[in-house]
Amino acid sequence: MELSLTTRTVAEYTVLEVGGEVDVYTAPRLRERLIELVDAGARDVVVDLERVDFLDSTGLGVLVGALKRLRTAHGTFGLVCAKEPLLKIFRITALDQVFPIFPTVGAATERDGSGPAS
Amino acid sequence: MATVRLSFSPAPVHVRTARLVGVAVARRAGVAEELLDEVRLAIGEACTRAVALHRQYGLTDLVTVEMSDSDSYTVRVIDHGPIEASVGLTKLPPDELADESLTDDALTTGVGFALLAGFVDDLQVRPVEDGSGTEVRMVWPVARR
Repeated sequence: MELSLTTRTVAEYTVLEVGGEVDVYTAPRLRERLIELVDAGARDVVVDLERVDFLDSTGLGVLVGALKRLRTAHGTFGLVCAKEPLLKIFRITALDQVFPIFPTVGAATERDGSGPAS
Repeated sequence: MATVRLSFSPAPVHVRTARLVGVAVARRAGVAEELLDEVRLAIGEACTRAVALHRQYGLTDLVTVEMSDSDSYTVRVIDHGPIEASVGLTKLPPDELADESLTDDALTTGVGFALLAGFVDDLQVRPVEDGSGTEVRMVWPVARR
């Protein structure tokens, strides 16, 4: 399935809903969109992976890149993911220790947005 | 034993095709349904790595994926990059993953290898027998038919 990217705002958070397959071919589009959002001033960014069918190392690299960019900009970055196959990918790569991962968009956007991205 | 061999130009767009074929052959070979996500991811990672190596070294040679089933389902992903490119391929510790100094390429390579090592119990990375290149060999069990 093709990559889909939709942005919406929830309170002070910019939520990027990602759908389809994030791989070596499609990940550059995700990277571009995240850079555009930060360049446009978004500082509290949540990436919702609930509609992602496939995520590879290239996609994970793009997400780490966004985390670093927001950290530099004194923003926050979080992921929404409750799918076990995707969560397993985060565990195996130890990236579950790098990203704040929330089960729902509500949980991701209810937290205190003033903390550092970590 | 049946063999399916797929060769493709080293372009990211074809990695998805390799994943789809790899999973289709795995299913037909009798790999358990619950392993198919892992097969898909591992074949994708091995092909992504091969494509990245070819592009890094300006190689137009085709990347080859060979799938065979006998007592098990064996997938070999063969690149033609210099063997030294595969030396030092290693899993990154978590505290280095978000390190500012780590390049995106190094991060993706390290994470890709972590996924391969994490999802494939029977994994070998070795030089090809003829010429330059590396073979990533992955084996999954099949149900008795």
